[in-house]
Amino acid sequence: MTISLALRGVQKRYAGKEVLRGVDAEIPAGEIFGVVGPSGVGKTTVLRLLDLLETPDAGEIHYRGRAVRRGSLESLEQRRRMAMIMQNPTTFRATVFENVAYGLWLRGVSEEDIRGRAFAALDFVGLLERAQEPAAQLSGGEQQRVAFARAAVLRPEVLFLDEFTSNLDPANVRLLEEATKRYRKETGATVVIVTHNLFQAKRLADRVGLLLDGRFIEVAPTHTFFENPSRPETRAFLSGEMAY
Amino acid sequence: MGRGSSSLENRSPLPWPGFITTWRAALVVTVILVFAGLAVTVQSHADTHLVLAATTDVRDSGLLDYLGPLFQIDTGIQVRYVAVGTGQALDIARRGDADMVLTHAPSLELPFMAEGHGLCRSPLMYNRFLIVGPASDPGHIRGLTNATEAFRRIWQTNSTFYSRGDESGTNVKELQIWARVGYTPSPQNDSWYNETGQGMAATLTIASEKAGYTLTDEATFYTLASALPLDLLVSGDPFLANHYHVIVVNPAVHPTVNEDAALSFAHWLVSERGQGLIGDYEVAGHQLYTPEGQDRC
Amino acid sequence: MIDWSAVAQIVALTLLVAGTSTLIGAVLGVPAGAFVALKKFRGRNFVRTLAFTFYGFPPVLAGLLVYLVLSRSGPLGFLGWLFTPIGMIVAQSLLVVPIVMGVTISAVMAVEKRLHDTALTLGADERQWRATAIHEARIGVLTAVMVGFGRAVSEVGAVLIVGGNIAGQTRVLTTVIVLETSAAHYLEATIFGVILFILAFAIFAVLQRLQREGAV
Repeated sequence: MTISLALRGVQKRYAGKEVLRGVDAEIPAGEIFGVVGPSGVGKTTVLRLLDLLETPDAGEIHYRGRAVRRGSLESLEQRRRMAMIMQNPTTFRATVFENVAYGLWLRGVSEEDIRGRAFAALDFVGLLERAQEPAAQLSGGEQQRVAFARAAVLRPEVLFLDEFTSNLDPANVRLLEEATKRYRKETGATVVIVTHNLFQAKRLADRVGLLLDGRFIEVAPTHTFFENPSRPETRAFLSGEMAY
Repeated sequence: MGRGSSSLENRSPLPWPGFITTWRAALVVTVILVFAGLAVTVQSHADTHLVLAATTDVRDSGLLDYLGPLFQIDTGIQVRYVAVGTGQALDIARRGDADMVLTHAPSLELPFMAEGHGLCRSPLMYNRFLIVGPASDPGHIRGLTNATEAFRRIWQTNSTFYSRGDESGTNVKELQIWARVGYTPSPQNDSWYNETGQGMAATLTIASEKAGYTLTDEATFYTLASALPLDLLVSGDPFLANHYHVIVVNPAVHPTVNEDAALSFAHWLVSERGQGLIGDYEVAGHQLYTPEGQDRC
Repeated sequence: MIDWSAVAQIVALTLLVAGTSTLIGAVLGVPAGAFVALKKFRGRNFVRTLAFTFYGFPPVLAGLLVYLVLSRSGPLGFLGWLFTPIGMIVAQSLLVVPIVMGVTISAVMAVEKRLHDTALTLGADERQWRATAIHEARIGVLTAVMVGFGRAVSEVGAVLIVGGNIAGQTRVLTTVIVLETSAAHYLEATIFGVILFILAFAIFAVLQRLQREGAV
């Protein structure tokens, strides 16, 4: 089992406040790893560090066993093997098709290939007929599907999902969750999903980690995490005693 | 950049390089236009012409637009004039930005010559200054032929007076009269004395609207007389004569001056031909300028 | 009264001077504004405030400064650009560049916040992000150009002082309006004013159409 991603002793502070105090985690290739925890605990920060958008104050980020630092030559290459979908669909002021084609254009893919792959990706999320519409005219759920297609079309090895279905209606939530599972199945990619929806974590994740006080308090396979957690904090979190 | 419903196949799918292309296109057009502008400038420098710094009144009376084309027909030299206040006209010449000057303020022209900026200075023509004002004439100056006395009465009655206040030839003459009367204009303290800071036509318009007195040159007054309810009250004082001179800028001090063209125009203006044209020039039936040219160049 | 061939010449010169100044403003001001909006560097805030301050720079003062520089007794007198259309373009460009730059800065900074992370997570490097950001802000950027043109076509102080309002050479619509007004030819002045308005309206209509076309 190859380790796709790892965090070793990662610390990060914002405005003098310590957010992450030494995060350790190992995520094997092809796993869907769920990150849960109270609001503001730093879940998004973990994703941003993994996606090389920010640099840890201490500790290292590892890919396939090698440490990578943001700003290094490998980091752009590595960043191009990953993609993130965020909570608010930030579509470009362009058509649906152009949005999906964006990442391919960045990587210098040929026009023909762009067309083929982008249409396939749109089909994957069920938006092929809307390809020439301005992305801004789609509903929130549809725009998030565009964002998904935009990321998936790049065949990233790692997919980061940051609360990507919050604020969406159930139909779109279901569609996007199915798309995530299908994507992992077809490509074997690793998925790190941050969610405050514990049911979603239960549905999607292979393993779940609870981030609390700047650390992963508990990381366990999903079934164990929910049915038989080892830490009292986890139990408090799951039972609703902890406000979040 | 249109987003019509054209087929999916035959359009470039990607708008993002669009900005660079647009910028390059804009750069190309800009460079072309700038070079066109430069070419036009170079060409216009090549055309035989002279630059004349003149005062606004000879422009407003239409004299320059009348004489210029005739001179060009006679000699092929185009007259390009910049019409500004006297002070600025002489300053333009001091900087070497004009080839010759046409002004009507001897008290400013003589220092200009003394400083060596002028090659030669020829009297050209004169017109008269007039004191005009409301028909009601609160200062009782109507019919006087002594400007000093008229101004004195205006001062003593604190009647509303409008000055151009812009160091123009007219303004300079006005201040000279006040000096004779013994009054130093102070618009801040004396509410009856006002400065408009503008040209003659605007000042006349203001004076007529506010029923005030002002000193004006004859040409502008007659050009506008029909439209403005201002009466001619005082004229005929020799001190009110407004003498115009033309000065050729000294090429020894400003080597870029087009001496030949400027001298050609200076000679032409005081020649029989030029003087005859000046005497013939009329607006609304009035001869505006009386020729008194002497060729000192 | 009105010599229509002279009017045509004045209109053509107006378009040349204002148009070229606006283009120069766009070619220089848009990349400069995008750079300031996107790249963090020391003194960035100072540059931004400086650009915005120049919005209110009096055109007549700009004209005076350019006049002193282009005068024969000034440092660039040898060019002979005083009292020529090129000199007028120089003066107007000084006014238009900060305006285009400032409005571009605002437009691109709005985009920056929203989309920078998205572009990065999709694999953009800095150069690609800059192109993306400017393209995203294109409506605002075109607005910047329109505002710049508005300033150029309507200003009178700079072109009057640097151009000299010479008949047939450096008269544009605004300076001819000043001329006619100072001669109390109010009807002629108004007619020129109407012509200027119609001209500006037509151009803005075209620019706005472009803006809509590219909007998506």
